[in-house]
Amino acid sequence: MTALTGTGNLVRLALRLDRVKLPIWIVALAVMTASTASAFEGLYGTLAEREAFAATITANPALSALLGPVFDATTAGGLTAWRIGAIFGVLGGLMGHQTVMRHTRLEEETGRLELLGAGVVGRHAPLAAAQVTACGAGALAGLACAGALIALAQPVGGAIAFGAGLTGIVWTFAAVGSAAAQLTTTARAANGIAGGLVGTAFLLRAAGDALGEGDSAWPSWVSPIGWFQQLRAFGDERWWVLGLMLAFTAVVVAVAHAMAARRDIDEGMLPTRPGPAVADDGLRSPLGLAWRLQRGMLLSWTVAIAIWSAVIGSLADGVADLVGDNQQMAQIIDALGGAENIVDTYLAAVFAIVGLVTAVYALQAALRLRTEETGLRAEPVLATPVRRTAWVASHLTFALVGPALLLAVSGLAMGLVHGLRAGEPGTQVARLVGAALVQLPATWVLAGIALALFGLLPRMTTAVWGVLGACLLIGQLGAVLQFDQRVLNLSPFTHVPQLPAGDLTWAPLVWLTAVAAALVAAGMAGARHRDIA
Amino acid sequence: MDTVISISGLHKAFGATRALDGLDLKVACGDVHGFLGPNGAGKSTTLRILLGLLRADSGAVRLLGGDPWHDTAELHRRLAYVPGDVALWPTLSGGEVIDLLGRLRGGLDTARRARLLERFELDPTKKGRTYSKGNRQKVALVAALSSDVELLLLDEPTAGLDPLMEAVFRECIGEERDRGRTVLLSSHILAEVEALCDRVSIIRNGRNVETGTLADLRHLTRTAVTADLARPPTGLDALPGVHSLEIRGTRVRCQVDTEHLDDLLAALGRAGVRSLTSQPPTLEQLFLRHYTSEPEAAAL
Repeated sequence: MTALTGTGNLVRLALRLDRVKLPIWIVALAVMTASTASAFEGLYGTLAEREAFAATITANPALSALLGPVFDATTAGGLTAWRIGAIFGVLGGLMGHQTVMRHTRLEEETGRLELLGAGVVGRHAPLAAAQVTACGAGALAGLACAGALIALAQPVGGAIAFGAGLTGIVWTFAAVGSAAAQLTTTARAANGIAGGLVGTAFLLRAAGDALGEGDSAWPSWVSPIGWFQQLRAFGDERWWVLGLMLAFTAVVVAVAHAMAARRDIDEGMLPTRPGPAVADDGLRSPLGLAWRLQRGMLLSWTVAIAIWSAVIGSLADGVADLVGDNQQMAQIIDALGGAENIVDTYLAAVFAIVGLVTAVYALQAALRLRTEETGLRAEPVLATPVRRTAWVASHLTFALVGPALLLAVSGLAMGLVHGLRAGEPGTQVARLVGAALVQLPATWVLAGIALALFGLLPRMTTAVWGVLGACLLIGQLGAVLQFDQRVLNLSPFTHVPQLPAGDLTWAPLVWLTAVAAALVAAGMAGARHRDIA
Repeated sequence: MDTVISISGLHKAFGATRALDGLDLKVACGDVHGFLGPNGAGKSTTLRILLGLLRADSGAVRLLGGDPWHDTAELHRRLAYVPGDVALWPTLSGGEVIDLLGRLRGGLDTARRARLLERFELDPTKKGRTYSKGNRQKVALVAALSSDVELLLLDEPTAGLDPLMEAVFRECIGEERDRGRTVLLSSHILAEVEALCDRVSIIRNGRNVETGTLADLRHLTRTAVTADLARPPTGLDALPGVHSLEIRGTRVRCQVDTEHLDDLLAALGRAGVRSLTSQPPTLEQLFLRHYTSEPEAAAL
């Protein structure tokens, strides 16, 4: 097949370029699986302990609405699959579409694909090579996770189902990524579309679990992350769900190839319009330029987080109902502080996630500085009378003010929807906007770390994603894995008061802000005194 | 102010690589100064130090009477820069980039902007990512030339332009010179430098090997002479400064050091000259002499 000529060579190139990134993904996923499973094994060694634990989970609908139902509480593997399933759905999705994007649209955007395309390379080879790379990495990640569970003496069938499900997630979103890559002309926009679909899949699954009575409702079945869960690893495995994932992957891959064959290089399926011949009045300062470069991303984030928060907020009121009929559960809930408190616990858990997600935006906005620099686009600006500090501040503004906007919108959307259902919109809006905004200083610390790296260790700037990954691990799995308090304290998000369930304490907010300010100052000083690439 | 750029003993290393190793450069006000060197000689590094983007390891650098690292913003009001590798924002149109850079510099002349767009045949409505290399360069050139500045720093500005556009570029630089602007033109295109520049600095491995007016530099080279004589000449090989002498009957070809041209012509005259061609040294020869390794240079 001449259309695929050269695929093998391109796969080798992709593996060479990804020789650090893909092993990190695979090892990180396997280590998270193994450490979660061994933590459950250690904490709840006997069947009775595990079942007692599962009962407390089921009694806490906040957790099951966010993470999905427990399909098997008899094994540590079953608890692991429940605890990390939803997170792995998101991480596997990101791994899939980003890997494809790096080797398709990004290569095309930077002009490197043209260099390759002039060689002995078939029309479909670049896209096929990216898909083979991503799917191969997904298969390895699945194998590594299944192997880790088997090595910890978990049931083999369940371990294989979990690993295969993870592989399936990577494949479906690798397919989604390769279709998105055909739509837009920039990798950034295409990743935005694919990442938005990962978020949508998570949301649909959460809605399906919250709406379902006993079994998950239909929204779970239109979400690949829902499929991953409905595979029911370690429970009564439903292997045919893997077929659903494979069929979806095959169809979307075919669509992507059909689109790729119908477009010219450097073009997307979505039309591009010519720009204005003269700049409008806003484009006259570094901040004006940063606004032009960042507004699209900020707008899409705002819309996405508003929708996400509204849906999650609409589930809050039902969280208490999920246990309404069960007398024994009702007693447990009373012990936990009553239905109102259950809803607040759920909302606090949601805001912990919103905080982490907002930090992703903060980092994207802050890292614009580095991509502008390495893309040689800082140079023409800094050759004008613009001071370096003004240029750094222009993008930093988005990394600091953007999260405030996103958090406020999240609290507003959640407060409105939840408040309308609970019949007290005014009160709920006020307290949920407040509950969202307490996350702000923690996102500033992350942005501060990004800026400090940019100023002092520019080559290491992207390592800040590793810091965010560690915060995610600590925040979402730290309690389950029983990390030492000193380790938990390393994440700024650990110190944020858990509103609306907990009490508002100002001290951590003040010193988190001070830490962020110190990091920003260090980064600014570094950026002023170093060479610009 | 007479000297616009003055650099002495400039050093800059990137890790183990010495990009600049004791560079000296002086550019006088109103001059178009050619800055010649092969790839990797340190031309772009020098310009980026002049722009305050890089910090010099040692050496003295003065630009427009100020310190390029400390007085960056004030100095940038008075200069415009065209990078060698023009990167544009993919989502901004060429027109927007021109306006943005002009406004950041403190305003641009819209009439001149319109004329330049026309002369360079540039469509300002296309988005940054759709421009070819040459068109990206035109965007940067129009942005730089439509500002009212004292100094133009141009880093291989014609590398992607076609010959027609190169001619337009030369006209524009000629007009800038007539307006009294100072231009530092880094290039490895010799014809361009010969056509435009008053003075030339040649650098190699981060050090300058030759500086002067084109006339000065030509003195350092040899003229190629071919002559048909009435009778076979005698004693040419004994003349000082004559190289690569070839005599075939009455036809003579040789190269002669410029200061010994007189002696050679007198000797040829004694043998009766039927026809004579002499080629003045080109910058190309200068360039080759400095850039080829030492034994080859001796043969030139």
